[in-house]
Amino acid sequence: MSAQLKLRDKVYEVPSGMTVRDALLRLGIEPESVLPTRQGELITDDDLLREGEVIRLVAVISGGDASLEQP
Amino acid sequence: MKCRTCGERAAINMRQHKLALCRDHYLSWLPEQTERFIHKYAMFTRQEQILVAVSGGKDSLALWDILDRLGYRADGLYIGLGIDGGVGYSAESQRRAQAFAAGRGLRLTVVDVAEVEGATIPEAASLTHRGRDKPCSVCGLTKRHVMNRVARDGGYDALATGHNLDDEAATLFGNTLTWSTGYLARQGPVLPGADGLARKVKPLCRFYERETAAYALLRGIDYIYDECPFAVGATSIEHKEMLNRLESARPGAKLSFYLSFLEAKRRGAFPAATVDLPSGLHPCSTCGQPTSAPGSCSFCRTWDAVRARRAERLTVA
Repeated sequence: MSAQLKLRDKVYEVPSGMTVRDALLRLGIEPESVLPTRQGELITDDDLLREGEVIRLVAVISGGDASLEQP
Repeated sequence: MKCRTCGERAAINMRQHKLALCRDHYLSWLPEQTERFIHKYAMFTRQEQILVAVSGGKDSLALWDILDRLGYRADGLYIGLGIDGGVGYSAESQRRAQAFAAGRGLRLTVVDVAEVEGATIPEAASLTHRGRDKPCSVCGLTKRHVMNRVARDGGYDALATGHNLDDEAATLFGNTLTWSTGYLARQGPVLPGADGLARKVKPLCRFYERETAAYALLRGIDYIYDECPFAVGATSIEHKEMLNRLESARPGAKLSFYLSFLEAKRRGAFPAATVDLPSGLHPCSTCGQPTSAPGSCSFCRTWDAVRARRAERLTVA
């Protein structure tokens, strides 16, 4: 009874039936840093993981360029 | 979770606002809020001509898309940095920026640094002492110069960048750790223009990074997903991760950090001397752009050195 979370080239196996958020926290992935998608659709992290499904996580952190404050 | 507006399945939940929205209502909400911030911070008007700095990433393309949807006169600027990183990073970024512009009939100016200045950013970094181990320093210096030059030469009223709240909070955090009061004094949604310096605006500065990413995904914007190869291990990313841990425990912490800072600044938390830096600028003796010291600006000095060392190497070879 498991589901998979996929982030870039990593795949994590987690029990189904738990929320996406709980699964992320269990894996040590900060929920703020990703957007979960199911079959290409954005879902909220209170969604329950279904048996056998793959949730693709879109990483959202990028290296912002703070240098514009300089003259 | 249901959309607060229509009750349909929500596509995104913004815990800091206690607001969940479906796809359609989110795609309306975000531009409406952007419009509100443009007015609130007096960034620009519909009569003004805006230059959007686009990197091919989610934030800048989302910004250009939003400004276009809102009816602003916004052209794009893409700066080709010549970064490969084994993934053709710059080439892919440029392809996406050009496809975005072509698909919407928008005007995009492309400046290829290697063509104009004689070397790619990684080559320049390897040829100068400025940021020898990482090209981020020479990259930032070059982008600032090119953006200002194109904005000034093109007669644009404002230069808009896609900085989001996570960018701003991470910058604020970094500058607070070192009490860099000069940088703190200049940070904000608007950096006013001065003689020869374009006004810089950040219309997305109050949206979390996941919100701009969600917007780009829901709008079907084809942005470059890979991070700049040189951003790996960047301090700004470490700061973002720290702030996200705080945000997870205390929803709204990042927003509060940034807004409290803006309020403190509005109340005069920074002495005028640190804010008025542009008044102490002089025109560069080579390019004419404003610089804080007499003579050539750091951009001209850096690139003159790059070209000289490149010529030396070619002569030796």
